[in-house]
Amino acid sequence: MSNKRALRDNALLGLGLVLMVAALYMVFVYVPTEKNMGIVQRIFYFHVPIAWVSLLSFFITFIFSILYLWKREMKWDSVACASAEIGVVFTTLVLITGPIWAKPVWGIWWTWDARLSTSLVLWLIYVAYLLIRSFATEPARGARYGAVIGIVGFIDVPLVFLAVNLWRTQHPTTIVFEGGVTVPMLLTLIVCIVAFTTLYIILLVQSANLKIMDADIKHLKGMIQAE
Amino acid sequence: MNEIFTRIFAIFWKDMLIEIRSKEFVFSVLVFAILELVIFSFAFSIRANMADMAASGILWVALTFGGVIGFNRIFAVEKENARLEGLMLCPVDRSIIYWGKLAGSFIFMLAVAVVVTPIFLILFNLPLLLPRLALIIVLAIIGFAAVGTLFSAVAINTRARDIMLPILFLPIIVPVIVAAVKATAPVLAGKAWGDILTWLQIIIAFDIIYLVVATLVFEFVIEE
Repeated sequence: MSNKRALRDNALLGLGLVLMVAALYMVFVYVPTEKNMGIVQRIFYFHVPIAWVSLLSFFITFIFSILYLWKREMKWDSVACASAEIGVVFTTLVLITGPIWAKPVWGIWWTWDARLSTSLVLWLIYVAYLLIRSFATEPARGARYGAVIGIVGFIDVPLVFLAVNLWRTQHPTTIVFEGGVTVPMLLTLIVCIVAFTTLYIILLVQSANLKIMDADIKHLKGMIQAE
Repeated sequence: MNEIFTRIFAIFWKDMLIEIRSKEFVFSVLVFAILELVIFSFAFSIRANMADMAASGILWVALTFGGVIGFNRIFAVEKENARLEGLMLCPVDRSIIYWGKLAGSFIFMLAVAVVVTPIFLILFNLPLLLPRLALIIVLAIIGFAAVGTLFSAVAINTRARDIMLPILFLPIIVPVIVAAVKATAPVLAGKAWGDILTWLQIIIAFDIIYLVVATLVFEFVIEE
């Protein structure tokens, strides 16, 4: 690994660490407790950035899937796949933190409103992405099929949201912060979003590099065995 | 333009001829769909005048899962005797193969719907002449066929062939199912157009988007 890359990776890691510590401090110490929901409301500062990162990661998968089908270089596929894996993890977290927050606040674990339904369908689509890659008969095919699913699946997301939103406008159940969102809350939220996005970038860079190196090793092994 | 239609028709007619001569495919899916309705009747204790929403849901689950069973077959037949390679040797644009197969899928699902829907209406004691229901079904089936044909081509080349198609297909068609169920319920109750148009717009938007996307993406799926 070249020195420049090591330096960049470590700088990124350091930045991520600082941001996360700052975020944790702000969430647990700095920001005042919300009036109606109490302490549980602090999940909001994790839940929203995680949801944002999951959407971002699937968007990245979408873009890099297109790039891969166009240019056919394995590195684009590695980024797309790494992003989808991270996205599935983050979407799983969204689907876990959401109900944990919902139960004390709404009294129910789950409801079929637009955002939750879309998150669930998103999770299902990208789990299918990972499954198709692992069930493909060769890696090149897996990459191709994965790219197709990455494109087709992402286009579905706004459609699902639209359909379920229309379905559920008869039963609005959005969370209302009484007294609005104050400045400390907004600040904390922004710091958390930046911290989690940095985490995503760190994970993406590491994971994608690992996959690229893995592909290189396989290629070299193939060349050695062929002799 | 005429050329394109001729080629699509050629692929479509090949599949139709096979089906007409063997008659194996449509019948098995039909029997399956009817069985579904029977099971639902027992499971949900169907009475003659049940709520529209429940009835609507049951119809669409029966059609959806009939479709899932059927779509597996669309490209599975092409695996035998290297028929897919033969198709690909034809000097046509790959997307023409898609549209030929799509026409076949659409006709197959239409055949299932034409048999299942009247039986469903009879079981639920609903009026039999419902042109609006026909419209909703045709539009939704276009969406099912567009996505199902594409994913059929993907799924047959993977190891877990039979289970992979539903896993891919069902999350993607959620908007169609939501819209179709919501549009069907007022139709079954005999209500006015009202909301139905909005739901139809969603189905139409889905159809157009996915027909275009699948046409663009299909060649990447079946290349060797």
